Amino acid sequence: MQIDDTDRRLLRRLQADPGLSVNNLADLAGVTPATCSRRIEKLTAAGIIRGQHAVIDWAALGYEVEVSLRFTLDKTDPRAFDEFLAAARAVPEVTEIQTFLGKVDVRLHVVARDMAQYQQIYRAKILTLPHIADIEALMQVAVIMQDEALPL
Amino acid sequence: MIRLDDTDRAFLRALTADATLSAGALGRRFGLSQPAAWRRVKRLQDAGVIRGRRIDLDREALGFGVTVFLGVKLAAKGRISLEDFERAVRAIPEVQLVHHVLGPYDYRLRIVARDLADFERILRRRIMTLPGAGEVEANVLLSEERRAGPL
Repeated sequence: MQIDDTDRRLLRRLQADPGLSVNNLADLAGVTPATCSRRIEKLTAAGIIRGQHAVIDWAALGYEVEVSLRFTLDKTDPRAFDEFLAAARAVPEVTEIQTFLGKVDVRLHVVARDMAQYQQIYRAKILTLPHIADIEALMQVAVIMQDEALPL
Repeated sequence: MIRLDDTDRAFLRALTADATLSAGALGRRFGLSQPAAWRRVKRLQDAGVIRGRRIDLDREALGFGVTVFLGVKLAAKGRISLEDFERAVRAIPEVQLVHHVLGPYDYRLRIVARDLADFERILRRRIMTLPGAGEVEANVLLSEERRAGPL
């Protein structure tokens, strides 16, 4: 599907505020509501808009600790990735899993209520994950920016 | 702090998967009236538990073939201002996320680029020239999944 400037304008506005009504979105992007609906439908049908997800503020639920754990895996075992990922998915405190090309193989984003609970999770559920060669922890101090917007 | 019951947790799981679900749809799914479902969502929003929405776009179809996670260490700590670094890094259009962290790096960034050549340009012209930027480590994203978390 070819994306034109109008599509880009709509997507930019939607990224900034995904909850916008069709009328408000049309207004902001300078198109009629009918054009706006049609374009959004087309972008969704083409799979360019995949969906919308609620973002949870873990701190508001009492999860004060967020840690980015960076793993290097023992890649001499060909099953290392699959088995590590399967085990990581079973840890409820893991909110994100990413795999990489680089020094880091996998990153897990982990939330915990406090440092005591984090230590518990780390010992009982993280260090026991299979095929770990090395772990580095980046403790989150502050979110400076997190809009995850594309520069359309 | 807000207390959640099982229905709240089910609502949060459902909205994390699809934020466009209406109160009517949520109510039908979990056996509540539309107004009751609406009140629950409102309460979760008012308590700040639902911080907002994220739209999931096909990055590659939109021309962003490469996503990179960066670890950035500040050089000469103490002499540079975190505010200057943070102001400058936020102004880079390709930067999607900036977390101040404690550990081997000082900041964790997520950036998008059209391709690896474009990434190199951003790295050299925009990231390396940030005020105070020292060592930078780059890892190219291959796959990503978001989980519901401890709900």
